[in-house]
Amino acid sequence: MMANIGLAALWLATALCVLQLAVGALGMRDQGEEVARLVRPAAIVQGGLVAIAFASLIWVFAITDLSVALVAANSHADKPLIFKLAGAWGNHEGSMLLWVTVMAVAGAAIAAFEYRLPERTMRATLAAQAFVGLGFYAFLLFSSNPFARLAPPAATGAGLNPLLQDIGLAFHPPTLYFGYVGLSVAFSFVVGALLTRQVTPDFARAVRPWILGAWVFLTVGITAGSYWAYYELGWGGWWFWDPVENASLMPWLAATALLHSVGVLAARDALRTWTVLLGVIAFSMSMVGTFLVRSGVLTSVHAFAVDPERGAFILALLTIYIGGALALFALRGGSIAEGERFALASRESALVVNNVMLSAILAVVLVGTLYPLLTEAFDTRVSVGPPYFNPVSAIFAVPMLVVMMAGPLLRWRRDRLARIARPLAAAAAVTVVAGLVAVAMGVALLPLLGIALGLGLVVASILPLLRRRLTRTPLTVWGMVAAHLGIAVAVLGMASESGFSSERLVALEPGGQTQIAGWTVHLEGVDPVAGPNWTALEARMTARRGEGAPYELRPQARSFTDPVQSTTESALLTTWNGQLYAVLGNAAGEGRWQVRLWWKPFVTLIWLGGLLVAFGGVLSIAGHLLVRRRQGAIRSQLVQRRAELAGATV
Amino acid sequence: MSAMKAKHQRLVLIVIAVVALIGAGLLAAWALRNQASYFYLPDQIAQNPPAPDQAVRLGGMVQRGSVRQLSDGVSITFAVGGRGASVPVRYSGIVPDLFTEGSGVVAEGHLQPDGTFLADNLLAKHDENYTPREMQGLEDGDAAQMARDTTVGL
Repeated sequence: MMANIGLAALWLATALCVLQLAVGALGMRDQGEEVARLVRPAAIVQGGLVAIAFASLIWVFAITDLSVALVAANSHADKPLIFKLAGAWGNHEGSMLLWVTVMAVAGAAIAAFEYRLPERTMRATLAAQAFVGLGFYAFLLFSSNPFARLAPPAATGAGLNPLLQDIGLAFHPPTLYFGYVGLSVAFSFVVGALLTRQVTPDFARAVRPWILGAWVFLTVGITAGSYWAYYELGWGGWWFWDPVENASLMPWLAATALLHSVGVLAARDALRTWTVLLGVIAFSMSMVGTFLVRSGVLTSVHAFAVDPERGAFILALLTIYIGGALALFALRGGSIAEGERFALASRESALVVNNVMLSAILAVVLVGTLYPLLTEAFDTRVSVGPPYFNPVSAIFAVPMLVVMMAGPLLRWRRDRLARIARPLAAAAAVTVVAGLVAVAMGVALLPLLGIALGLGLVVASILPLLRRRLTRTPLTVWGMVAAHLGIAVAVLGMASESGFSSERLVALEPGGQTQIAGWTVHLEGVDPVAGPNWTALEARMTARRGEGAPYELRPQARSFTDPVQSTTESALLTTWNGQLYAVLGNAAGEGRWQVRLWWKPFVTLIWLGGLLVAFGGVLSIAGHLLVRRRQGAIRSQLVQRRAELAGATV
Repeated sequence: MSAMKAKHQRLVLIVIAVVALIGAGLLAAWALRNQASYFYLPDQIAQNPPAPDQAVRLGGMVQRGSVRQLSDGVSITFAVGGRGASVPVRYSGIVPDLFTEGSGVVAEGHLQPDGTFLADNLLAKHDENYTPREMQGLEDGDAAQMARDTTVGL
């Protein structure tokens, strides 16, 4: 029953999407005024209908309605409720419906609240939004219908991949999708601005919260995904340069560049063409990411459900949107008037360097990710991993980090480098001293650079707060400081993890012990344990540092029944200066068990830094919305005052 | 630069961006030639062995009866076979759950001068749904194909 309602709502939403596209496009003509009034209501109602469709899907998963094919294939009555609900989007069809839902709700929000741009631009924007949406509706209805029925209903569900039965992962994909979809909204604004030739600071201010929001979600998604891979895969690594990871990193890089260039456009009316181009690139990267993950052309250790036919569909959508947008850009790009100029030593220049470096890193990651696909066409199978990605992206990341220290101190338009030399000297001194100490300790090149630049950037990122009254400092400045500090913290964590980790692999008898980085780890025994839908072998271990108190560690090797599969549950012991990571392996003969241990100093800084970056983004959004509200209040006061004056004179 | 005309500034920006991106592309292409790790089947290792310092991936079937556990309890040796050739492999670590004799595996590592493949990492699909049951009892010729199918993209 609910499945039918969901499907009906989806079809109705599609019809409204067609309406939104048609009236939005017609409304761009001068005489289209009458019909164009429909475009905002169409977007709002469409958002409501898709929300109903998504709620229906959640409902059929909650009650495990086995007459729905998707439920039968991905769920099981015995699963905990939270994973039943997460199962609604933990599969291809459901995740595409989630994508469409977020997109339509975002469209409804623009239609309901965005009144700063010229109405013609808004209509073009909403039409572009509908055009993008329509492709996804077609994809859902014709090749990935989440509400397809089974007759007769299945007797029992197949279950959800146990690797996905993890609370972190239940919320990880939606987070990334929010990011991708936020960039699609930015894309619609860009197309609207291009169509109506309105690439203005107002446009930048309207689109900025969407870019920032998308970027915050991507940041959180990447951070959470990295932590998930770290503790769930049991390999002790936090970033594998896996195609699926790169698929989320590439939109993030593009969005980071875009939010910096859109800041220049909003504040100084410069970098117009570049911002528009980046808007197109950022959405392209979301589509490329979705394509890589969903199509399976590059399957990876993270890829779960893949289907070449659907990949072809997404590729077709990608070609239409991106090709169309680039063609539009080629036609209209030349007619965008030149923006304001700026001097070589200015904040604009620093942001240009930031943009160029981010784009270069993006190119490096994109080439490395697609290279195996290219060589396979010539029948050579290769894989590209850290030996390529680490050094090559570092070549561009290092100058970017250096410019990041100076950029926020520079003034807009024109500045003297001598003016910022004094405050920067502290950061430079920290960088040099840390670098020399690391050289003396014989640290490898990349961790050395990471520690020196990371510590320097910690100091430099706080400098913009100097000589300011902290209570009167705008939230947006706090946001920038937090985000830059977060990058510094994350870089320090990465450098420390890759430079100073130690590893130990041993076979231990129950009662035996081993040493790692000052810790004594004692294996007391291995017991069988059972959970709701799994059984496991669990090691009882204690770890103590020197004569300190013992801590318990309980790594498990789990076996799931629906479907049959094994996972490794690592045990983590977090202290202020690092993590002890323990994995239980197989029986090693003679009553011994394989145990793998890592000591990873300051590894948690990687994810704390990521969260700090996202927090900076949130502060920044709050700051911009606050400014917008205040401006709105002042404007309405002015209007009121003028009306009073006019009334007095009459 | 402030004295520059608007047109010129735009040109300078474009040139900087284009140079950086082309630089990134060339650098990436050069690094990929050196750093990409190539996929080898056992017979290819025999005919055209990779240099000891080159990271490669070896794919094939774990030959039956070849898996031996060494006395340290954490190292194993086994042979990866396919298309009429066989390569001895040594690995220290926890083997993946689906690593069994007669199934497909991809070993990441280096070929040592003595002809032994020293694996840093073993990859087997960690979901049984994706491991074809038909792999059991196949001849060598199909084994190579099967190893590819089982381990696509790993």
